[in-house]
Amino acid sequence: MRARAAFLLACAAVLAATAAHAQGWPIARYSVEGRNSGYFYLGQQTRLLQDDDFQNPGMFAVDAGAAAWRRVDGTQGRSCASCHQNAAETMKGVATRYPAYDAKSGGILNLELVINRERVEKMGAAPLVYESPELLAMTSYISHQSRGLPKAVDITGPAAPFFEQGKDFWSTRRGQIDISCAMCHDDRPGMLLRGDTISQGQTNGHPMYRLIWHTISSTHRMFEWCNTSMRAEPYPLGSPVYLALELYVAWRGRGLPVETPSVRK
Amino acid sequence: MRFSFVSLVVLLAAGAAWAQAVAPAAPPVPERTPLQAHLTGPIPPLVKVEIVGNTIPQPLTQQPGDPARGRRVIADASNSTCLICHEVPALAELPDQGKIAPPLEGLGSRYTAAELRLRLVNAKLITPDTMMPAYYRTEGLTRVQPQFAGRTIYSAQDIEDAIAFLLTIK
Repeated sequence: MRARAAFLLACAAVLAATAAHAQGWPIARYSVEGRNSGYFYLGQQTRLLQDDDFQNPGMFAVDAGAAAWRRVDGTQGRSCASCHQNAAETMKGVATRYPAYDAKSGGILNLELVINRERVEKMGAAPLVYESPELLAMTSYISHQSRGLPKAVDITGPAAPFFEQGKDFWSTRRGQIDISCAMCHDDRPGMLLRGDTISQGQTNGHPMYRLIWHTISSTHRMFEWCNTSMRAEPYPLGSPVYLALELYVAWRGRGLPVETPSVRK
Repeated sequence: MRFSFVSLVVLLAAGAAWAQAVAPAAPPVPERTPLQAHLTGPIPPLVKVEIVGNTIPQPLTQQPGDPARGRRVIADASNSTCLICHEVPALAELPDQGKIAPPLEGLGSRYTAAELRLRLVNAKLITPDTMMPAYYRTEGLTRVQPQFAGRTIYSAQDIEDAIAFLLTIK
């Protein structure tokens, strides 16, 4: 009897410890003024998978990024940590502001491209290939430092024309199937497309662990997938067209909390 | 000799740097079923259609529509098909039917073959804002993937067979 009580107590302790490591926000937090995170449209099992950091497969990318943060690379003998020290402090809130206009290049940069710019210019290291495990890991680790903070990209001033370009892309019918992003993600979220519930196409959880791909995945890979699903020619990952679209989509999800790493179907 | 060896090394290094900078290969193209022969191989000639009011009175093929084959065309989940958006109660055995557009019920009682033909060929000629793809159209589209350029979603025979099946839904 006593052994059984001890066992139950141990179980309760394990559950409590797990809960402490879970994201586990109330569902209302995933909606801001009618803007719904993809989490809102998930089934219960996928939600639980995201909520528990010990189960969430995207956490492997975050952990890999944490290790790479302190790893020296390139000709300058530096790691990310050499300049930015403790990411939990220095990177907090950074992901909420990207993509953003960059005066030096005169274009939009997302986190992936900023990481590569820093590698080349500050570390003397080679840029990481877009969608490589290494770049996804670093992007995930940095985004993870903003978990819970609201997305707030700047679309004013020099960013405005890129925002407009992204908005045009969003509402243009594409491919042999001839359907725009807006037709599904603005007009029909919550409806069933075959067996899948259409989401609003929000990116606040990105990089996400996508179950059908069995890997952590970037926003641009998702754009590519959506384009080719419409039998439309995609643009290269990291291209200016996708960066403009990413800016527009991030603004569409303004106020939604960063969830990285999210889990999606 | 020495110079060309150095050039080779430089070229190889440049090649490696370039390979670093490009994105991974494009996603794999889904396999095509035998029903989708028109989506691979030589591009079939486009049949000219004549629109009369809200109809296309003339069939697109000499061979009359085959409802049994039309059923298979509509059930072929790997092509763009009715079931993605519409429930088709006549195909209730097929899982994961979409619920974006109205269920396809009683079509045979409400429409003629000529009316269904225009709706399949290009529903946008009736409802310009519709989300429904035009199943027999190659022009006026944006950034079609090269492997689909000049091709229609359904073949002319698919259109006739699909109509024959849809008309059986009373």
